[in-house]
Amino acid sequence: MRARRLSFLLAGLLLTGGAHASAAEHVHASHAWIRVLPGNLPAGAYVTLSNDGDMAAALSGAHSTTYGEVMLHRSSSEGGMSRMAMVDSLSVPAHGSAVLAPAGYHLMLMKPTRPVQPGDSVRLILQFTDGSTLPADFLARPANAVDAGEDRAMPAMGMKSMDHAAMPQAGH
Amino acid sequence: MKPRHPLRIALLLLLLATGLLLGGCQRSEPLPLRLTNVSGHMPDLDFKLTDDHGKAVSGADYRGKVVLLYFGYTHCPDVCPLTLAHLHVVMQRLGPLADGARILFVSVDPTRDTPDVMHAYVNAFDPRAVGLTGSPRMVEALVKRYRSSFTREPASTDGNYEVSHGSAIYLFDRDGRARALATPAASQDDIVHDLHLLLSTGATP
Repeated sequence: MRARRLSFLLAGLLLTGGAHASAAEHVHASHAWIRVLPGNLPAGAYVTLSNDGDMAAALSGAHSTTYGEVMLHRSSSEGGMSRMAMVDSLSVPAHGSAVLAPAGYHLMLMKPTRPVQPGDSVRLILQFTDGSTLPADFLARPANAVDAGEDRAMPAMGMKSMDHAAMPQAGH
Repeated sequence: MKPRHPLRIALLLLLLATGLLLGGCQRSEPLPLRLTNVSGHMPDLDFKLTDDHGKAVSGADYRGKVVLLYFGYTHCPDVCPLTLAHLHVVMQRLGPLADGARILFVSVDPTRDTPDVMHAYVNAFDPRAVGLTGSPRMVEALVKRYRSSFTREPASTDGNYEVSHGSAIYLFDRDGRARALATPAASQDDIVHDLHLLLSTGATP
């Protein structure tokens, strides 16, 4: 699987002759954190992705040795109902950013392979639709955390603003 | 001199009675709530469920406490924990007064949410949070009582499933009367404000 992805990536690079770089090269991850829940309950992972490239990138998911399954999800609260749906990808606009934050886009982490405690650092390999990958270290935070924590300078937000924060933001 | 005394006492009693009556009137006046006021529009807190210690409980067991009622499930990784985390912040802002309030987290997924699972879950958020689960019929009765709903979504290949559910938070006074309705978008300031009002009205603790 890994070898196939790598060969695909290499083939892609050869074909384009390096004319344009992969999504992962231009995307930077920050405010990366996980809300840890008791037992084997699924956890939510959040991150801010900034794209300094001239082309839009799109996050398609992630994988990790710490979790058996990772899915890109989006929560919504419309008509007084909370729902969660799987999404194929999240666009990170050129010279813009996309925010995965509570009550919006998030990575759902399932089947932990080891117990994860608040304070742990967990590596997730973010995957983009062009096949490129970006490793990012996520800080495990307690269940009742509302953001990445003061040390990561994430402004505390109300749930309403989080809905907007989950929308991809155009740059410039 | 002597015959005037009973009159004075009667007058005093009359004043006292008027005062009590006025006080009573004031109590039934609408509370200046900031959240959606549902006083008189929703039924009193009533249910028969099992708490996260495995004990059978009813709505009457929470009389004397201001109650924040919220429906959700533990396999919900995003919105439910966020709402409970926000309610934890709200409770912290109440300081010692928070002891007069309880967060009742009712599972809309009683099949997976046993009292043990619920116990570990609610305690990860707030010491004043109680996890309630029970028979699907009893859970449904409570959900319907507050005109909410939930739907179990189709399971994935590995058997995991999501449950869509009403997102409202219901506030009850110490007498178990429904008072206010908060959406997940409600400001913490407004919830704290209304909890202060509810904690200072109704039955004595």
